[in-house]
Amino acid sequence: MANLPVSSTSRELSSVGDETTQNMFVTMTIANQVFGIPVLKVQDVLGPQRIAHVPLAPPEVLGSLNLRGRIVTAVDVRTRLGLSPCDRKQSMSVVVDHSGELYSLVVDKVGEVMSLPTSDFERNPSTLDPRWAEVSEGIYRLQGNLLVVLDVPRLLRLEQARAA
Amino acid sequence: MDDLLKDFLTETSESIATLDLELVKLEQNPNDPDILSNIFRLVHTIKGTCGFLGLPRLEHLAHAGENVLGKFRDKELEVTPEAVDIILASIDRIKSHLSYIEQNEKESPVGDDEDLISALNAMTEGKSQTAVEGPSKVEQPPLAKALAENSAPEPDEFGFVPVRAGDMAAMEENMSGTKNEQPSAAQENSKALLAVKAQDEQNKTTVTTSVADQSIRVNVDQLEILMTTVSELVLTRNQLLQILRGEKDSAFSSPLQRLNQVTSELQEGVMKTRMQPIGNAWAKLPRIVRDLSHELNKKIELQMLGAETELDRQVLELIKDPLTHMVRNSADHGIEMPAARIQAGKREIGTITLNAYHEGGHIVIDIIDDGRGLPASKIRAKILEKGLATESELANMSEQQILQFIFKPGFSTADSVTSVSGRGVGMDVVKTNVEKIGGTVDFKSVAGKGSSFSIKIPLTLAIVSALVVECQNERFAIPQISVVELVQASPTSEHRVELINETPVLRLRNRLLPLVSLRKTLKLGEENIQANGNAFIVVVQCGNATLGIIVDRVFDTEEIVVKPVTPILRSIDAFSGNTILGDGSVIMILDLNAIVARAGNMTSHIEQSSASSTATSLHNGAKQSLLLFRAGEGTQKAVPLSLVARLEEIDRKTIEYSEGSPMVQYRGKLMPLIPAIADEKISTEGSQAVLVFADKEKHMGLMVDEILDIVEERLQVDLSARRPGTLGTSIIAGKATDVLDAAYYLSQCSQSWFGEDGESFEGDKVHRVLLVDDSPFFRNLLTPLLTVAGYEVTAVETAQEALKLQEDGAAFDAIVSDIEMPGMNGFDFVAALRAGETKWSKLPIFAMSSHATPRDLERGRQAGFTDYVAKFNREGLLNALQETLKQGGING
Repeated sequence: MANLPVSSTSRELSSVGDETTQNMFVTMTIANQVFGIPVLKVQDVLGPQRIAHVPLAPPEVLGSLNLRGRIVTAVDVRTRLGLSPCDRKQSMSVVVDHSGELYSLVVDKVGEVMSLPTSDFERNPSTLDPRWAEVSEGIYRLQGNLLVVLDVPRLLRLEQARAA
Repeated sequence: MDDLLKDFLTETSESIATLDLELVKLEQNPNDPDILSNIFRLVHTIKGTCGFLGLPRLEHLAHAGENVLGKFRDKELEVTPEAVDIILASIDRIKSHLSYIEQNEKESPVGDDEDLISALNAMTEGKSQTAVEGPSKVEQPPLAKALAENSAPEPDEFGFVPVRAGDMAAMEENMSGTKNEQPSAAQENSKALLAVKAQDEQNKTTVTTSVADQSIRVNVDQLEILMTTVSELVLTRNQLLQILRGEKDSAFSSPLQRLNQVTSELQEGVMKTRMQPIGNAWAKLPRIVRDLSHELNKKIELQMLGAETELDRQVLELIKDPLTHMVRNSADHGIEMPAARIQAGKREIGTITLNAYHEGGHIVIDIIDDGRGLPASKIRAKILEKGLATESELANMSEQQILQFIFKPGFSTADSVTSVSGRGVGMDVVKTNVEKIGGTVDFKSVAGKGSSFSIKIPLTLAIVSALVVECQNERFAIPQISVVELVQASPTSEHRVELINETPVLRLRNRLLPLVSLRKTLKLGEENIQANGNAFIVVVQCGNATLGIIVDRVFDTEEIVVKPVTPILRSIDAFSGNTILGDGSVIMILDLNAIVARAGNMTSHIEQSSASSTATSLHNGAKQSLLLFRAGEGTQKAVPLSLVARLEEIDRKTIEYSEGSPMVQYRGKLMPLIPAIADEKISTEGSQAVLVFADKEKHMGLMVDEILDIVEERLQVDLSARRPGTLGTSIIAGKATDVLDAAYYLSQCSQSWFGEDGESFEGDKVHRVLLVDDSPFFRNLLTPLLTVAGYEVTAVETAQEALKLQEDGAAFDAIVSDIEMPGMNGFDFVAALRAGETKWSKLPIFAMSSHATPRDLERGRQAGFTDYVAKFNREGLLNALQETLKQGGING
């Protein structure tokens, strides 16, 4: 899934050596951990929204919301990662497009857009919690902390998460 | 014109047009293998189809052409301009043949194509021949320019659908918003079109070009996109209108009204482009019926009414197969052989009628045949054979409910698998397909008279009308098609929610309506009807069942645009889609079928809740629903509700007498009426309350004075019966109440009513038998044996397990136990039971052993066994059970 045709730069995500290649990420934090999503995948950044609950939905799905006439499914990334549910009043979300459907990934806070050199990219450490490893594309070493690159298609594969 | 021919003409003329182009290309690139093989393929197809349709002249010509092309392809012949000329000449000849066929529906009998064929053959053999005679000898009317105009406006293989220019023009007008202000050119065009059509009618032989010019082909996808966009526009319009409602005098109100109107017109216009007459879906049916009648040696006439009724393309596509299947079914199962028909006093020719019409925003399609109707007895037998229900379950079902089984997967009553039907994919697929598009299938069947299926489908899938309801502060949409009525229930009104073993029901016009709690089904919380008392009940029709859905509030109806549920939520079957309401909020659209399935109680179950016997329910100590009524003087009377199939009010004028016994026509049959109080005079005025008891297909009515109430009570018969017809007296709702012995009244009906099948009503009571045997072989042998004999069997492996069941409070009417068992043997087991002070200590217990010596028998009896039966003696076991349970009767 790493070679999604997002942009020419992200395709070279795993090619090491070319220090000048930069990838742009929208960063966000969940439980003090920094995460990133390739900026070109992001459609919108939203503040707290009125989310309509969907009965019987998996726990990760907070519900659906109306974004300019389109129905967007809100997914709580915290629950998806096995953390306690998000605070609906304060959380922010990043809207991404996945196979023609819009999803709003609810996180604690959305930060800035960062441009990161591929030389700082590393694969997932083998000891990473499997729940995290499943949705992480890899890790960027930042100054002072680490950024986990979220693999959106995997993040939205809820059925498998439940079956696992 | 024959459909096949029509399809052929459309297809071939398209191929020919391609051929023309390709041949010219070939001349320029004589050695391009792709072009050659394409040409070869096209000609080959034409040849093949001609052969199939029986058009020998075309076939021969195409065949000769194909030979030459084959040589080209295999590089055995060089592509020369002369050769291409001949091929082109053949193609032209094919065209002229086609146009002749189009007008006369047959090949021209005049002339032949020897000139061309011999030229082609000569070329195949390697001889060059340049002299080709001019135009063929076929009588040539002017070439038909547009075959498409005659073809059915179905999407072709490229996904195109012809759109009437008039529709497109109308849409354009709407977009510019000028329709009302000035007559546009488009309208005049439409008029011209009509004129042309009229002219067409007058002179069919003249093929005009104008109709074709008025049509353009639009890709179906393009139309879909347009539809989606319009749907979005409708939503936005709804939102604006919602806002406007909040504002009193807004400067926006008049332009918004205009926008509203234009949007509606636009929506209508776009919908129209997607509309197609249902006749398109029927087009192939006459042929199918004709073939079927030949194959089956039946005489069948197909009548099609309302073929011009239009519905959405998408719906049409989805309805095609179910319709075909149902017509086939009617022809195969429904219509009898001509001899049988004459014998039954019917016309020799069977009729299948298709009738389509609009009914309140829906399209109803009836498929009616005048055949033998659905064979209830065959269906029963099939149900048992397939193990879809047990005999005793069936015994408690009405005929209609039994017939419903035809919708179960894997059901087919055809005796043998014919090529026509009987493959086991049948009505269940029809039902699923129809329900998938929000439709319903209903049917009626009268034995010997025929059957009538009715499919009700929405006009379009894109925009539906829905009722918005609220439950636990969440709103949901219920498709309006399913909503029958709204009822407000409150503790004080005549409509109130009552509970039968925590299952809510609603009394509605003398019928019990099963209720589904949306709150519970969607896991929103616990339903607490007693506390809130007030509830809104949305009465819905779901398949053949009518039931009520309990909601907190009901809002109004809204036009909603159905959007599919996001893939990650698609596994939840409770929703058929979601939508954005006028106020911008997102709500889910309920899939009623799934909701009902989730609630797990179809009406059929509740309505009958199966007449489980008095015996089983009387002494198990659990609470049960009792129907209280008054009959004659004295105490109120009660009867277990589960025994009562229905409550009816009948007009006393309709009561008839046969040999002095009152009876009434009920559901097409005579139902005997028994007065609850003997010797009571039946008045001839007013209405009579009747409790209907059902046994298999027979009914019996018990006439009572007044139906009082339904209560839930633990039934303890305190005083044993002093007179026949009463089981005893019990305290119910704080009052002494006579508990009625339903069996007594049923036995009052003459033997012919209830004894016909050799089994009495009493014999139908389900006795529960506990089978204890360590051998899986015997468990497997005896369980079905006992089940078939009408017992409800629980099989356990050891005596310990059986004792565990006793502790758990399981109730049985008899126990059948093995003797040699590991752990506790049969003697110890029976001793343990007899020693106890439980309900089980008095049960009849049968020993079953391979040792059946007189000494064993004696020992068994001493240990406390009621009877001792040798293993393998099935008859003996069944007889012993039957005898003992009959003696023990109701009080076991």
